[in-house]
Amino acid sequence: MSKGSDEIVYGLKRDYLEKISSKGTRIDGRSPTEYRPIVITPNYVLRAEGSADVKLGKTRVLVGVKIEPGEPFPDTPNQGVLTTNAELIPMASPTFEAGPPNEDSIELARVVDRSIRESKMIDLEKLVITPGEKVWIVYVDIHVLDYDGNLIDASQFGAVAALLNTTVPGSRYGLEDFSLPVNHVPVITTFVKIGKQLFVDPSLEEEEVSSARLSIATDENGNIVAMQKGLSGSFTQEEVYNAIDKSIEIGKDIRKRLFGR
Amino acid sequence: MDLSKKIVLPGEEIDINGFKQGNGLYFEDGKYYSYQLGLIQVYNNFVNVIPLSGKYFPSKNDKVIAKVIEIAPSFWVLDINSPYPAFLHVNDTPWKPASGELGKILNVGDTVYAKINEITESRQIWLSIKEPGLRKIEGGHIITVQPSKVSRIIGKGGSMVNMIKESTGVKIQLGQNGVVWLDGEPEKVLEVIKILKFIEEESTASGLTDAVRSRLEKSR
Repeated sequence: MSKGSDEIVYGLKRDYLEKISSKGTRIDGRSPTEYRPIVITPNYVLRAEGSADVKLGKTRVLVGVKIEPGEPFPDTPNQGVLTTNAELIPMASPTFEAGPPNEDSIELARVVDRSIRESKMIDLEKLVITPGEKVWIVYVDIHVLDYDGNLIDASQFGAVAALLNTTVPGSRYGLEDFSLPVNHVPVITTFVKIGKQLFVDPSLEEEEVSSARLSIATDENGNIVAMQKGLSGSFTQEEVYNAIDKSIEIGKDIRKRLFGR
Repeated sequence: MDLSKKIVLPGEEIDINGFKQGNGLYFEDGKYYSYQLGLIQVYNNFVNVIPLSGKYFPSKNDKVIAKVIEIAPSFWVLDINSPYPAFLHVNDTPWKPASGELGKILNVGDTVYAKINEITESRQIWLSIKEPGLRKIEGGHIITVQPSKVSRIIGKGGSMVNMIKESTGVKIQLGQNGVVWLDGEPEKVLEVIKILKFIEEESTASGLTDAVRSRLEKSR
């Protein structure tokens, strides 16, 4: 069997969602730009340097931050290091397999990483202990606990929430503890295209039947800091511009609501 | 002792009180125990344990909603939300496709309302759609509920499901395997989905039919 039975979508579910999408209606009654309820619990793991538990509808993601001293990259001797990793554990969904990271988990980690890195959220230059020799390395680990669609947004919100509440554990290495220096707060918004309509925060059902996906991360100044397009479908130029405008708007709301910034 | 509506844990002793042993129980050293976390139900002098959740366990003559997952030369492989796949042979359908052209009739992802015709000793499940009412399903929407709650959604003699159908005007087809087909206005379908989830969650409550009725009236 090339595809597991859970990965094959009921054909009529696809037809139905496409049919109702033409009126801008969604299967769970949300408006096209409405998120499911988001609950973030920062400092969820007490022994981690920073952490957050994110519930986005029924999707649940746990993000942990670990900080250790280590060697900088040779081309950036005066900067700390950011490493992001995502794990799609089989507990979260029947379609997730154990084993080495696959395409989806690598994409998830890279998109979250890109939004944090390219927004210059973390002031990496303040994470230097001895230039060229010793810097702080920030590990962001994303664990997906329950999968009901839109992992990118849930993971990104979790990573941002965790980093905002992270303490660099200097005292453990004979230095001083300090809060992780944060400059910006990037927020990502994911759209999917069903039929000819765009919807934010797709549920699993919507993700399954969507033809294309677009994630846009914006910072508090309305700059686009990262983008990712997924799946094989296409967007028109107008759709992309609309999505950008909406993502800035939604980003502002979420930044205020979730992170108080 | 009133056996009904008691929740038992796996391995919990059940005093079957002169009734016969039904499904979900095992017998050891002169006593009966539950296999699973479930609700005790006494029916036709049999004591059964109805699991609170879990996959669908097929039994003969059940009517299920199945999804085509693979096409073979003379039969289809279907998913019936159970631990085992089900098979549908061309001879058990009203169609006569040329060999190798089964995909033109039912393709991967298509949905049928079928009957479980036979379960072999090696747990091969064979379906049939050669009966009135059984068919390929087209249009509408599919959702899944807990298979053990399907009888609660139907209600006594179909009272619950008929009430929902009449009140909302949504066409509803329930498969014993927990797959439900709905067709109607999108807002009404959403309403029905909410009510089905409500029944699923509150299935052990008494007076459920009245609670559902008041919800239906409120939404009108």
